[in-house]
Amino acid sequence: MSVKIGVLALQGAVSEHVRSLEASGAQTALVKNTRDLDGLDGLVLPGGESTMMRRIMDRYDLFEAVKDFSEQRPVFGTCAGLILMAKQIEGRRGPHLALLDIDVKRNAFGRQVDSFEADLEIKGISEAYTGVFIRAPYIKSAAENVDVLATYEGHIVACQQDRFLACAFHPELTDNPAMHRYFVRMVNEYN
Amino acid sequence: MVVQKGTERVKRGMAEMQKGGVIMDVVNAEQAKIAEEAGATAVMALERVPSDIRKAGGVARMADPTIVEQVQNAVSIPVMAKARIGHIVEARVLEAMKVDYIDESEVLTPADDVFHIDKKAFTVPFVCGCRDLGEAARRIGEGAAMLRTKGEPGTGNIVEAVRHMRLVNSQVRKVIAMAPDEVMVFAKELGAPYEILLQIREAGRLPVVNFAAGGVATPADAALMMELGADGVFVGSGIFKSENPAKFARSIVEATTYYQDYDRIVELSKGLGTPMKGIDMSQLEPAERMQDRGI
Repeated sequence: MSVKIGVLALQGAVSEHVRSLEASGAQTALVKNTRDLDGLDGLVLPGGESTMMRRIMDRYDLFEAVKDFSEQRPVFGTCAGLILMAKQIEGRRGPHLALLDIDVKRNAFGRQVDSFEADLEIKGISEAYTGVFIRAPYIKSAAENVDVLATYEGHIVACQQDRFLACAFHPELTDNPAMHRYFVRMVNEYN
Repeated sequence: MVVQKGTERVKRGMAEMQKGGVIMDVVNAEQAKIAEEAGATAVMALERVPSDIRKAGGVARMADPTIVEQVQNAVSIPVMAKARIGHIVEARVLEAMKVDYIDESEVLTPADDVFHIDKKAFTVPFVCGCRDLGEAARRIGEGAAMLRTKGEPGTGNIVEAVRHMRLVNSQVRKVIAMAPDEVMVFAKELGAPYEILLQIREAGRLPVVNFAAGGVATPADAALMMELGADGVFVGSGIFKSENPAKFARSIVEATTYYQDYDRIVELSKGLGTPMKGIDMSQLEPAERMQDRGI
Protein backbone atom coordinates (compact mmCIF):
# COMPACT_ATOMS: atom_id res chain seq x y z
CA MET A 1 0.00 0.00 0.00
CA SER A 2 1.25 3.47 -0.79
CA VAL A 3 2.05 5.89 2.00
CA LYS A 4 -0.20 8.84 2.79
CA ILE A 5 1.53 12.20 3.13
CA GLY A 6 -0.11 15.40 4.31
CA VAL A 7 0.65 18.91 3.07
CA LEU A 8 0.21 21.77 5.54
CA ALA A 9 -2.42 23.80 3.68
CA LEU A 10 -2.65 27.12 5.50
CA GLN A 11 -1.09 29.08 2.66
CA GLY A 12 1.54 28.72 -0.07
CA ALA A 13 2.46 26.28 -2.84
CA VAL A 14 0.16 23.51 -1.62
CA SER A 15 -1.27 22.12 -4.87
CA GLU A 16 2.22 21.92 -6.39
CA HIS A 17 3.41 19.69 -3.53
CA VAL A 18 0.31 17.53 -3.87
CA ARG A 19 1.02 17.05 -7.57
CA SER A 20 4.69 16.21 -6.97
CA LEU A 21 3.89 13.76 -4.15
CA GLU A 22 1.29 12.00 -6.25
CA ALA A 23 3.77 11.80 -9.14
CA SER A 24 6.08 10.06 -6.63
CA GLY A 25 3.51 7.40 -5.79
CA ALA A 26 2.15 8.75 -2.50
CA GLN A 27 -1.41 9.42 -1.50
CA THR A 28 -1.99 12.94 -0.20
CA ALA A 29 -4.18 14.90 2.19
CA LEU A 30 -4.46 18.60 3.03
CA VAL A 31 -3.77 19.58 6.63
CA LYS A 32 -5.67 22.59 7.93
CA ASN A 33 -6.88 21.26 11.27
CA THR A 34 -5.35 19.04 13.97
CA ARG A 35 -7.67 16.13 13.06
CA ASP A 36 -6.30 16.15 9.49
CA LEU A 37 -3.03 14.71 10.84
CA ASP A 38 -4.71 11.44 11.85
CA GLY A 39 -3.53 8.47 9.82
CA LEU A 40 -0.76 10.31 7.97
CA ASP A 41 2.66 8.70 7.43
CA GLY A 42 4.51 11.94 6.76
CA LEU A 43 4.06 15.71 6.43
CA VAL A 44 5.23 18.39 4.01
CA LEU A 45 5.64 22.01 5.13
CA PRO A 46 5.39 23.97 1.87
CA GLY A 47 6.89 27.19 0.61
CA GLY A 48 5.02 30.37 1.45
CA GLU A 49 5.38 32.84 4.30
CA SER A 50 6.62 31.28 7.54
CA THR A 51 5.35 34.13 9.75
CA MET A 52 1.80 33.67 8.46
CA MET A 53 1.89 29.88 8.85
CA ARG A 54 3.20 30.15 12.40
CA ARG A 55 0.50 32.63 13.38
CA ILE A 56 -2.31 30.41 12.16
CA MET A 57 -0.71 27.30 13.69
CA ASP A 58 -0.59 29.02 17.07
CA ARG A 59 -4.17 30.16 16.85
CA TYR A 60 -5.75 26.76 16.34
CA ASP A 61 -3.55 24.32 18.33
CA LEU A 62 -1.90 23.13 15.12
CA PHE A 63 1.55 24.08 16.36
CA GLU A 64 1.61 21.53 19.20
CA ALA A 65 -0.14 18.94 17.02
CA VAL A 66 2.46 19.24 14.25
CA LYS A 67 5.24 19.12 16.84
CA ASP A 68 3.79 15.94 18.35
CA PHE A 69 3.37 14.46 14.87
CA SER A 70 7.02 15.18 14.06
CA GLU A 71 8.13 13.11 17.06
CA GLN A 72 6.73 10.03 15.38
CA ARG A 73 6.85 10.73 11.64
CA PRO A 74 9.02 12.15 8.82
CA VAL A 75 8.68 15.81 7.86
CA PHE A 76 9.87 17.58 4.68
CA GLY A 77 10.09 21.39 4.58
CA THR A 78 10.79 23.60 1.56
CA CYS A 79 11.84 27.26 1.88
CA ALA A 80 9.37 28.58 4.49
CA GLY A 81 9.04 24.97 5.66
CA LEU A 82 12.79 24.81 6.24
CA ILE A 83 12.56 27.95 8.38
CA LEU A 84 9.75 26.39 10.42
CA MET A 85 11.99 23.35 11.05
CA ALA A 86 15.23 25.13 12.02
CA LYS A 87 16.45 25.35 15.62
CA GLN A 88 17.99 28.77 15.06
CA ILE A 89 16.79 31.62 12.84
CA GLU A 90 18.97 34.70 12.39
CA GLY A 91 17.32 37.86 13.74
CA ARG A 92 14.41 36.05 15.35
CA ARG A 93 13.86 35.35 19.03
CA GLY A 94 13.37 31.62 19.29
CA PRO A 95 12.65 28.97 16.66
CA HIS A 96 9.36 27.56 15.42
CA LEU A 97 9.15 23.73 15.43
CA ALA A 98 12.90 23.33 16.13
CA LEU A 99 13.33 19.95 14.42
CA LEU A 100 16.67 20.42 12.66
CA ASP A 101 20.02 21.30 14.26
CA ILE A 102 20.67 24.09 11.79
CA ASP A 103 21.08 27.86 11.87
CA VAL A 104 19.23 29.57 8.99
CA LYS A 105 19.19 33.02 7.47
CA ARG A 106 15.91 34.21 5.96
CA ASN A 107 15.80 35.89 2.51
CA ALA A 108 19.52 35.18 2.48
CA PHE A 109 20.06 35.76 -1.24
CA GLY A 110 18.18 39.09 -1.24
CA ARG A 111 14.78 40.26 -2.42
CA GLN A 112 12.71 38.95 -5.33
CA VAL A 113 14.88 40.54 -8.07
CA ASP A 114 17.71 38.34 -6.77
CA SER A 115 15.63 35.15 -6.93
CA PHE A 116 17.17 32.62 -9.33
CA GLU A 117 17.37 29.17 -10.85
CA ALA A 118 20.62 27.21 -10.62
CA ASP A 119 21.88 23.73 -11.42
CA LEU A 120 22.55 21.73 -8.27
CA GLU A 121 24.19 18.47 -7.37
CA ILE A 122 22.18 16.70 -4.72
CA LYS A 123 23.57 13.79 -2.73
CA GLY A 124 21.39 10.73 -3.26
CA ILE A 125 19.88 12.08 -6.49
CA SER A 126 21.81 11.01 -9.55
CA GLU A 127 20.07 13.06 -12.25
CA ALA A 128 20.67 16.71 -13.18
CA TYR A 129 18.66 19.01 -10.93
CA THR A 130 17.56 22.63 -11.24
CA GLY A 131 16.86 24.42 -7.98
CA VAL A 132 14.32 27.27 -8.00
CA PHE A 133 15.23 29.78 -5.26
CA ILE A 134 12.61 32.42 -4.42
CA ARG A 135 13.53 34.92 -1.70
CA ALA A 136 15.21 31.83 -0.38
CA PRO A 137 16.90 31.19 2.94
CA TYR A 138 20.14 29.28 3.33
CA ILE A 139 21.60 27.24 6.13
CA LYS A 140 24.50 29.12 7.77
CA SER A 141 25.67 26.16 9.77
CA ALA A 142 24.59 22.65 10.61
CA ALA A 143 25.45 20.32 13.49
CA GLU A 144 27.63 17.26 12.82
CA ASN A 145 24.67 14.90 12.88
CA VAL A 146 23.05 16.76 9.96
CA ASP A 147 23.68 15.26 6.53
CA VAL A 148 24.37 18.02 3.98
CA LEU A 149 22.72 17.08 0.66
CA ALA A 150 23.41 20.15 -1.47
CA THR A 151 25.31 23.42 -1.39
CA TYR A 152 25.20 26.52 -3.55
CA GLU A 153 28.09 28.99 -3.55
CA GLY A 154 29.32 27.43 -0.34
CA HIS A 155 25.99 27.68 1.48
CA ILE A 156 24.02 24.63 2.55
CA VAL A 157 20.68 24.52 0.68
CA ALA A 158 19.45 20.98 1.40
CA CYS A 159 19.92 18.63 4.33
CA GLN A 160 18.63 15.59 6.13
CA GLN A 161 18.72 14.75 9.81
CA ASP A 162 17.22 11.41 10.71
CA ARG A 163 13.55 11.56 9.59
CA PHE A 164 13.66 15.26 8.70
CA LEU A 165 14.36 16.58 5.19
CA ALA A 166 14.59 20.25 4.20
CA CYS A 167 15.65 22.40 1.29
CA ALA A 168 15.91 26.13 0.63
CA PHE A 169 14.70 25.81 -2.97
CA HIS A 170 11.31 24.80 -4.38
CA PRO A 171 11.23 21.27 -5.80
CA GLU A 172 7.43 21.67 -6.07
CA LEU A 173 7.85 24.31 -8.80
CA THR A 174 9.65 21.96 -11.18
CA ASP A 175 8.47 18.92 -13.12
CA ASN A 176 11.28 16.88 -11.58
CA PRO A 177 9.87 14.93 -8.60
CA ALA A 178 13.29 13.61 -7.50
CA MET A 179 13.25 15.37 -4.09
CA HIS A 180 9.68 14.19 -3.47
CA ARG A 181 10.63 10.63 -4.45
CA TYR A 182 13.50 10.91 -1.97
CA PHE A 183 11.07 11.91 0.79
CA VAL A 184 8.51 9.23 -0.13
CA ARG A 185 11.34 6.68 0.13
CA MET A 186 12.23 8.07 3.58
CA VAL A 187 8.62 7.73 4.68
CA ASN A 188 8.45 4.17 3.35
CA GLU A 189 11.65 3.22 5.20
CA TYR A 190 10.44 4.81 8.41
CA ASN A 191 7.12 2.93 8.36
CA MET B 1 27.03 26.31 -13.27
CA VAL B 2 24.09 28.01 -14.99
CA VAL B 3 22.39 30.67 -12.87
CA GLN B 4 19.41 32.63 -14.14
CA LYS B 5 17.51 35.49 -12.51
CA GLY B 6 14.10 36.90 -13.48
CA THR B 7 12.97 33.75 -15.29
CA GLU B 8 9.28 33.13 -15.91
CA ARG B 9 9.40 30.32 -13.35
CA VAL B 10 10.97 32.51 -10.68
CA LYS B 11 8.49 35.35 -11.34
CA ARG B 12 5.39 33.15 -11.43
CA GLY B 13 6.73 31.02 -8.57
CA MET B 14 6.91 34.05 -6.29
CA ALA B 15 3.14 34.47 -6.79
CA GLU B 16 2.56 30.75 -6.14
CA MET B 17 4.11 31.28 -2.70
CA GLN B 18 1.42 33.90 -1.98
CA LYS B 19 -1.45 31.51 -2.68
CA GLY B 20 -4.11 31.22 -0.01
CA GLY B 21 -2.79 34.44 1.50
CA VAL B 22 -3.88 38.03 1.96
CA ILE B 23 -1.93 40.98 0.54
CA MET B 24 -2.70 44.22 2.35
CA ASP B 25 -2.45 47.87 1.31
CA VAL B 26 -0.40 49.94 3.77
CA VAL B 27 0.67 53.58 3.76
CA ASN B 28 3.38 53.53 6.44
CA ALA B 29 5.68 51.32 8.50
CA GLU B 30 3.27 51.10 11.41
CA GLN B 31 0.46 49.72 9.23
CA ALA B 32 2.91 47.34 7.57
CA LYS B 33 3.82 45.89 10.98
CA ILE B 34 0.14 45.47 11.88
CA ALA B 35 -0.38 43.65 8.57
CA GLU B 36 2.61 41.35 9.11
CA GLU B 37 1.56 40.59 12.69
CA ALA B 38 -1.91 39.71 11.45
CA GLY B 39 -0.49 37.16 9.00
CA ALA B 40 -0.46 39.06 5.70
CA THR B 41 1.67 37.24 3.11
CA ALA B 42 2.77 40.55 1.56
CA VAL B 43 2.04 44.26 1.78
CA MET B 44 1.38 46.82 -0.93
CA ALA B 45 3.13 50.10 -0.08
CA LEU B 46 1.12 53.13 -1.18
CA GLU B 47 0.81 56.83 -0.52
CA ARG B 48 -2.96 56.54 -0.13
CA VAL B 49 -5.37 53.61 -0.05
CA PRO B 50 -7.81 53.53 -2.99
CA SER B 51 -10.76 55.08 -1.12
CA ASP B 52 -8.57 58.08 -0.23
CA ILE B 53 -7.36 58.29 -3.83
CA ARG B 54 -11.02 58.56 -4.81
CA LYS B 55 -11.60 61.34 -2.28
CA ALA B 56 -8.44 63.25 -3.14
CA GLY B 57 -9.11 63.30 -6.88
CA GLY B 58 -6.47 64.66 -9.26
CA VAL B 59 -3.67 62.52 -10.66
CA ALA B 60 -2.63 59.50 -8.56
CA ARG B 61 1.02 58.51 -9.03
CA MET B 62 3.63 56.07 -7.73
CA ALA B 63 4.23 56.49 -3.99
CA ASP B 64 7.08 58.56 -2.61
CA PRO B 65 10.08 56.17 -2.48
CA THR B 66 10.53 57.12 1.19
CA ILE B 67 7.26 55.40 2.06
CA VAL B 68 8.23 52.28 0.13
CA GLU B 69 11.64 52.19 1.86
CA GLN B 70 10.12 52.63 5.31
CA VAL B 71 7.78 49.73 4.66
CA GLN B 72 10.64 47.60 3.29
CA ASN B 73 12.64 48.27 6.44
CA ALA B 74 9.70 47.52 8.74
CA VAL B 75 8.77 44.00 7.62
CA SER B 76 10.36 40.75 6.40
CA ILE B 77 7.42 39.70 4.19
CA PRO B 78 7.45 40.72 0.49
CA VAL B 79 6.72 44.37 -0.33
CA MET B 80 4.81 45.28 -3.48
CA ALA B 81 4.22 48.74 -4.92
CA LYS B 82 2.09 50.29 -7.64
CA ALA B 83 3.19 51.95 -10.88
CA ARG B 84 0.86 53.77 -13.26
CA ILE B 85 -0.30 51.76 -16.27
CA GLY B 86 2.26 52.24 -19.05
CA HIS B 87 4.67 54.21 -16.83
CA ILE B 88 7.90 52.42 -17.69
CA VAL B 89 10.04 54.73 -15.57
CA GLU B 90 7.96 54.46 -12.38
CA ALA B 91 8.29 50.70 -12.81
CA ARG B 92 12.06 50.95 -13.32
CA VAL B 93 12.33 53.14 -10.21
CA LEU B 94 10.44 50.55 -8.17
CA GLU B 95 12.63 47.79 -9.61
CA ALA B 96 15.75 49.78 -8.67
CA MET B 97 14.36 49.95 -5.13
CA LYS B 98 14.07 46.17 -5.20
CA VAL B 99 10.37 45.98 -4.46
CA ASP B 100 9.35 42.33 -4.67
CA TYR B 101 6.40 42.79 -7.05
CA ILE B 102 5.05 45.71 -9.11
CA ASP B 103 1.32 46.23 -9.52
CA GLU B 104 0.71 47.97 -12.86
CA SER B 105 -2.48 49.37 -11.46
CA GLU B 106 -5.66 51.04 -12.63
CA VAL B 107 -5.97 52.49 -9.11
CA LEU B 108 -3.38 55.07 -10.20
CA THR B 109 -4.06 57.43 -13.10
CA PRO B 110 -2.85 55.75 -16.30
CA ALA B 111 0.26 57.27 -17.86
CA ASP B 112 -0.44 55.65 -21.23
CA ASP B 113 -3.99 55.25 -22.50
CA VAL B 114 -2.99 52.74 -25.20
CA PHE B 115 -0.06 50.58 -24.13
CA HIS B 116 0.80 48.62 -21.01
CA ILE B 117 4.42 48.10 -19.90
CA ASP B 118 6.45 45.37 -21.64
CA LYS B 119 6.80 43.39 -18.45
CA LYS B 120 9.02 40.71 -19.96
CA ALA B 121 11.81 43.29 -20.17
CA PHE B 122 11.99 43.47 -16.33
CA THR B 123 13.62 41.22 -13.74
CA VAL B 124 11.02 42.13 -11.11
CA PRO B 125 7.64 40.39 -11.58
CA PHE B 126 4.36 42.22 -12.24
CA VAL B 127 0.75 41.73 -11.19
CA CYS B 128 -2.03 43.26 -13.32
CA GLY B 129 -5.79 43.62 -13.01
CA CYS B 130 -8.34 41.97 -15.28
CA ARG B 131 -12.11 41.88 -15.75
CA ASP B 132 -12.33 39.04 -18.26
CA LEU B 133 -10.15 36.47 -19.97
CA GLY B 134 -9.30 38.87 -22.80
CA GLU B 135 -7.65 41.31 -20.40
CA ALA B 136 -6.10 38.44 -18.42
CA ALA B 137 -4.55 36.86 -21.52
CA ARG B 138 -3.28 40.19 -22.87
CA ARG B 139 -1.56 40.95 -19.58
CA ILE B 140 -0.02 37.46 -19.49
CA GLY B 141 1.10 38.01 -23.08
CA GLU B 142 2.85 41.22 -21.97
CA GLY B 143 4.60 39.26 -19.22
CA ALA B 144 2.43 39.64 -16.11
CA ALA B 145 3.38 36.83 -13.69
CA MET B 146 0.29 37.22 -11.53
CA LEU B 147 -3.27 38.45 -12.06
CA ARG B 148 -5.97 39.90 -9.89
CA THR B 149 -9.53 40.87 -10.59
CA LYS B 150 -9.96 44.62 -10.91
CA GLY B 151 -13.21 44.77 -8.99
CA GLU B 152 -13.95 48.39 -8.20
CA PRO B 153 -11.17 49.62 -5.90
CA GLY B 154 -11.89 51.75 -2.85
CA THR B 155 -15.62 51.03 -2.80
CA GLY B 156 -15.85 48.31 -0.15
CA ASN B 157 -18.36 46.75 -2.51
CA ILE B 158 -17.62 43.18 -3.59
CA VAL B 159 -20.01 43.04 -6.54
CA GLU B 160 -17.51 43.96 -9.25
CA ALA B 161 -14.80 41.58 -7.99
CA VAL B 162 -17.41 38.81 -8.00
CA ARG B 163 -18.44 39.69 -11.55
CA HIS B 164 -14.83 39.66 -12.77
CA MET B 165 -13.84 36.43 -11.01
CA ARG B 166 -16.91 34.62 -12.30
CA LEU B 167 -16.38 35.86 -15.85
CA VAL B 168 -12.67 34.97 -16.01
CA ASN B 169 -13.27 31.51 -14.59
CA SER B 170 -16.25 30.77 -16.80
CA GLN B 171 -14.26 31.83 -19.87
CA VAL B 172 -11.34 29.64 -18.73
CA ARG B 173 -13.73 26.68 -18.44
CA LYS B 174 -15.04 27.47 -21.90
CA VAL B 175 -11.54 27.42 -23.44
CA ILE B 176 -10.71 24.14 -21.71
CA ALA B 177 -13.83 22.50 -23.19
CA MET B 178 -13.25 23.85 -26.71
CA ALA B 179 -12.25 21.84 -29.74
CA PRO B 180 -8.84 23.03 -31.00
CA ASP B 181 -10.32 24.62 -34.11
CA GLU B 182 -12.66 26.80 -32.03
CA VAL B 183 -9.90 28.52 -30.06
CA MET B 184 -8.83 30.99 -32.77
CA VAL B 185 -12.28 32.55 -33.13
CA PHE B 186 -12.62 32.82 -29.34
CA ALA B 187 -9.21 34.52 -29.29
CA LYS B 188 -10.50 36.97 -31.88
CA GLU B 189 -13.67 37.65 -29.89
CA LEU B 190 -11.75 38.27 -26.67
CA GLY B 191 -8.87 40.11 -28.31
CA ALA B 192 -6.69 37.55 -26.53
CA PRO B 193 -3.34 36.14 -27.70
CA TYR B 194 -4.11 32.79 -29.36
CA GLU B 195 -1.03 31.06 -27.89
CA ILE B 196 -2.03 31.98 -24.33
CA LEU B 197 -5.49 30.47 -24.84
CA LEU B 198 -3.89 27.31 -26.22
CA GLN B 199 -1.69 27.11 -23.11
CA ILE B 200 -4.76 27.47 -20.88
CA ARG B 201 -6.57 24.76 -22.83
CA GLU B 202 -3.56 22.45 -22.56
CA ALA B 203 -2.92 23.03 -18.84
CA GLY B 204 -6.58 23.15 -17.84
CA ARG B 205 -6.01 26.40 -15.93
CA LEU B 206 -4.56 29.90 -16.13
CA PRO B 207 -0.76 29.78 -16.31
CA VAL B 208 -0.44 32.29 -13.44
CA VAL B 209 -2.25 32.70 -10.13
CA ASN B 210 -5.31 34.95 -10.03
CA PHE B 211 -6.15 36.79 -6.82
CA ALA B 212 -9.31 38.70 -5.96
CA ALA B 213 -9.10 42.47 -5.52
CA GLY B 214 -11.26 45.55 -5.53
CA GLY B 215 -13.98 45.66 -2.90
CA VAL B 216 -13.08 43.12 -0.20
CA ALA B 217 -14.27 44.59 3.13
CA THR B 218 -15.13 41.70 5.47
CA PRO B 219 -13.94 38.16 6.35
CA ALA B 220 -17.02 36.81 4.54
CA ASP B 221 -16.10 38.80 1.40
CA ALA B 222 -12.62 37.23 1.40
CA ALA B 223 -14.08 33.74 1.89
CA LEU B 224 -16.59 34.38 -0.91
CA MET B 225 -13.81 35.17 -3.36
CA MET B 226 -11.93 31.99 -2.37
CA GLU B 227 -15.16 30.04 -2.84
CA LEU B 228 -15.42 31.49 -6.36
CA GLY B 229 -11.94 30.22 -7.20
CA ALA B 230 -9.59 33.06 -6.27
CA ASP B 231 -6.04 31.93 -5.40
CA GLY B 232 -5.82 34.58 -2.67
CA VAL B 233 -7.01 38.05 -1.77
CA PHE B 234 -5.81 41.65 -1.98
CA VAL B 235 -7.39 43.98 0.56
CA GLY B 236 -7.01 47.67 -0.15
CA SER B 237 -9.02 50.12 1.87
CA GLY B 238 -10.92 47.35 3.69
CA ILE B 239 -8.48 47.00 6.58
CA PHE B 240 -7.13 50.40 7.50
CA LYS B 241 -10.45 52.15 6.79
CA SER B 242 -12.25 49.83 9.22
CA GLU B 243 -12.85 50.62 12.88
CA ASN B 244 -10.40 48.01 14.17
CA PRO B 245 -7.67 47.35 11.55
CA ALA B 246 -5.67 44.73 13.51
CA LYS B 247 -8.76 42.66 14.20
CA PHE B 248 -10.09 43.00 10.65
CA ALA B 249 -6.70 42.02 9.27
CA ARG B 250 -6.45 38.88 11.44
CA SER B 251 -10.01 37.85 10.70
CA ILE B 252 -9.66 38.31 6.94
CA VAL B 253 -6.43 36.25 6.95
CA GLU B 254 -8.09 33.39 8.84
CA ALA B 255 -11.29 33.52 6.77
CA THR B 256 -9.18 33.21 3.61
CA THR B 257 -7.44 30.06 4.88
CA TYR B 258 -10.61 28.51 6.33
CA TYR B 259 -13.00 29.79 3.69
CA GLN B 260 -15.29 26.76 3.86
CA ASP B 261 -15.31 26.50 7.65
CA TYR B 262 -18.49 28.45 8.34
CA ASP B 263 -18.52 27.94 12.11
CA ARG B 264 -15.12 29.57 12.20
CA ILE B 265 -16.24 32.46 9.98
CA VAL B 266 -19.12 33.04 12.42
CA GLU B 267 -16.57 33.54 15.20
CA LEU B 268 -14.29 35.63 12.99
CA SER B 269 -17.15 37.95 12.05
CA LYS B 270 -18.30 38.64 15.63
CA GLY B 271 -17.73 42.04 17.20
CA LEU B 272 -15.47 43.31 14.46
CA GLY B 273 -16.79 46.85 14.62
CA THR B 274 -17.74 48.87 11.59
CA PRO B 275 -16.22 47.91 8.26
CA MET B 276 -15.25 50.63 5.81
CA LYS B 277 -18.17 52.64 4.50
CA GLY B 278 -19.09 51.30 1.07
CA ILE B 279 -20.20 52.85 -2.20
CA ASP B 280 -22.98 51.50 -4.40
CA MET B 281 -21.96 51.18 -8.06
CA SER B 282 -24.91 53.33 -9.18
CA GLN B 283 -23.39 56.25 -7.23
CA LEU B 284 -20.22 56.19 -9.33
CA GLU B 285 -19.93 58.41 -12.39
CA PRO B 286 -18.40 56.67 -15.45
CA ALA B 287 -15.21 58.73 -15.00
CA GLU B 288 -14.90 57.45 -11.41
CA ARG B 289 -14.83 53.80 -12.46
CA MET B 290 -11.21 52.70 -12.10
CA GLN B 291 -11.87 49.30 -13.66
CA ASP B 292 -12.40 50.83 -17.12
CA ARG B 293 -8.77 52.00 -17.19
CA GLY B 294 -6.09 49.98 -19.00
CA ILE B 295 -8.11 47.27 -20.71
